[in-house]
Amino acid sequence: MTTALSLREVRKDFGPAKIIQGVSLEIAQGERHAIIGPNGAGKSTLFNLISGLYRPTAGDIRLRGQSIAGIRPYRINRMGLSRSFQVSNIFSNMSVRENVRCGVLWSMGQGYSFWRNIGNLKLVQEKTAHILDSVGLIDKADSPAALLPYADQRTLEIAITIAGGADVILLDEPTAGMSHSETDRAIALIQKATAGKTLLIVEHDMGVVFGLSDRISVLVYGEIIATGAPEEIRGDPRVKEAYLGDEAELPEAVA
Amino acid sequence: MSDQTQNPGLIDLAPTSAQKFTTRLLPLILFAAVLLIIPLLGPSRTAYSLLNAIGINIVFALSYNMLLGQTGLLSFGHAVYFGLGAYAAMHGMNAIEAASFDGGTWALMPVFALPVLGFAGGALAGAVIGWPSCRNAGVPFAMISLGIAELIAAAGFMFVSIFGGEEGISADRMNGIEAFGLSLGPISEVYWFIVFWTLIGVVGMYAFTRTPLGKMGQAVRDNPERVQFVGYDPQRVRYLVFIASGGFAGLAGGMSAVNYEIITPESLSLLPSGFVLLMAYIGGIRYFAGPLLGAIVLTWMQSNLSDFSEAWLLYLGLMFIAIVMYAPGGLFGMVLGFARGIIQPDAAPRLTRWGALSAAAMVTFAGVILLTEVAVSRTSGHVFAPGGLPLPPSSPLSWALGLALLIGGGWAIRHLSQRFAS
Ligand SMILES: Nc1ncnc2c1ncn2[C@@H]1O[C@H](COP(=O)(O)OP(=O)(O)O)[C@@H](O)[C@H]1O
Ligand SMILES: [Mg+2]
Repeated sequence: MTTALSLREVRKDFGPAKIIQGVSLEIAQGERHAIIGPNGAGKSTLFNLISGLYRPTAGDIRLRGQSIAGIRPYRINRMGLSRSFQVSNIFSNMSVRENVRCGVLWSMGQGYSFWRNIGNLKLVQEKTAHILDSVGLIDKADSPAALLPYADQRTLEIAITIAGGADVILLDEPTAGMSHSETDRAIALIQKATAGKTLLIVEHDMGVVFGLSDRISVLVYGEIIATGAPEEIRGDPRVKEAYLGDEAELPEAVA
Repeated sequence: MSDQTQNPGLIDLAPTSAQKFTTRLLPLILFAAVLLIIPLLGPSRTAYSLLNAIGINIVFALSYNMLLGQTGLLSFGHAVYFGLGAYAAMHGMNAIEAASFDGGTWALMPVFALPVLGFAGGALAGAVIGWPSCRNAGVPFAMISLGIAELIAAAGFMFVSIFGGEEGISADRMNGIEAFGLSLGPISEVYWFIVFWTLIGVVGMYAFTRTPLGKMGQAVRDNPERVQFVGYDPQRVRYLVFIASGGFAGLAGGMSAVNYEIITPESLSLLPSGFVLLMAYIGGIRYFAGPLLGAIVLTWMQSNLSDFSEAWLLYLGLMFIAIVMYAPGGLFGMVLGFARGIIQPDAAPRLTRWGALSAAAMVTFAGVILLTEVAVSRTSGHVFAPGGLPLPPSSPLSWALGLALLIGGGWAIRHLSQRFAS
């Protein structure tokens, strides 16, 4: 089993506030790993550390064995790690197609080129169309991203994230604010789009979490209090106490 | 090319060639056709010099919009690149003249090609100055651009051997090799030089918007944070666009050097930097062709209204404010909206509404002009007499008329917009 992503004693302070307090985590190649925890636990901060938006105060983060702590986000992205955002973070004045194309360009070796007409880049167009098709946004390819309905913006957020073909994918609450049917569709899309890839996902919907993940980590106040397979987490008394509250019922086996 | 076969039945999203033709090639062909037809109408010398100034400003304003509209960078010092490009071309012109007496490599360079030197000068300046200024967009970028404009303009007045002091430097364009059989003596021949480089500039800058770098510039404008997470360094994107934009500004500077045969440090200063901002913004920074339209309108106003009224800059300021507040799409946005309004169904009531509102706005503006001109005439002594009707500042009637137009127009705008809103 090769390790895709490993965190060792990662800490992050904002001034006096210790938000991440020594997180260690090993995620295997191809694993689907969910991070759950109450609001403000530091889940998004952890993603910001892994993806390079923040520099850890201490500790080390490795992608396939190579240290990425403190490296700029675009370099980490080029190494094959891509993330989505909890609040949709798209290119709002561009069309849906242009949004996805932005995600495709670098991976297709276009770099900063200013001598090529983007319209003539056949492979880029095909890859873009392929991704739009696979996420179900092909009919809306030419609408301005800002005018998309909320659920479609969330889908576009995922589409941009997977467009570059990264094999480690971080999704921060991809279904937040979606209806039941929208959530089901989004999860099916995530399953399909991340097949064979390493997935780290923050998710509130417990049905989704227990159905999707190989392993789950519970983050509370910047510390991981439990990591394990879904059954272990469901049965862990500390998790019940700290996160779910005594009365909370965890969903029974999910298909 | 193996991917190509892996995705059978793929939907082709690219616009059809008919769409490409009508939205891209056709406007360009029409623009070029107009430029080619103009000389057949036998324009006067004054008309030619206005047209040449318009061509220069079109390239300058479009280069400014590579920053503002396309990449979201607000610069207060864009004239620096125009001016340095112009100086580079001007020194080149003098070198060509010198070489025409004693030979040397400069003898191989036609004056016609000097805008290339302008481009190089502007791009080089962009490469040097952009390095510290492109770290951030937003306020730091704007402030640094302002500081650098002040600095370079001050240096322009100090280093006399390069910039020629207050008189600037001048040169003679009728030297060296003739390109396309143009001596560049008469202004009608300079016109062809301007047309050539205007088209190069317009096509070049349009093509730039369609390159991967140009597209990532737009992405950086929209959301620099996200750009980092698709593998691009927003700082690098800004820097490269900045160099290209400096190059095209320098190209316009080179055109100006050949056209006017003189350049002064004034042209590096904040004044022309502000003017290019106005041209781009009033024309419409959201559209590629916006600044082009803005350059035509403002250059025309500059050359005509400045003779007609001392207060023309005041009107320009008012126009700018009105556009910022009520029509952020600029003149081009208005034209486009109007064209769409005619094509779409139910045009009649919409056009009536626009007609009524424009009439009210015009009445208001007439009131502003009347009051301003009457006020100006108090000190200038020239009585303002629109259509032969004298309106002396001493007569209360002049003021009453102005106020009546202003208040009446303003009331009509309010009334109409409320009625149409409900
Ligand atoms: N840039 C920052 N500066 C200061 N505090 C921050 C910053 N980012 C996050 N925090 C704080 O860290 C805590 C965890 O936030 P976050 O990671 O967004 O939680 P979660 O995603 O688990 O809901 C919150 O208390 C938040 O206020
Ligand atoms: Mg969060």
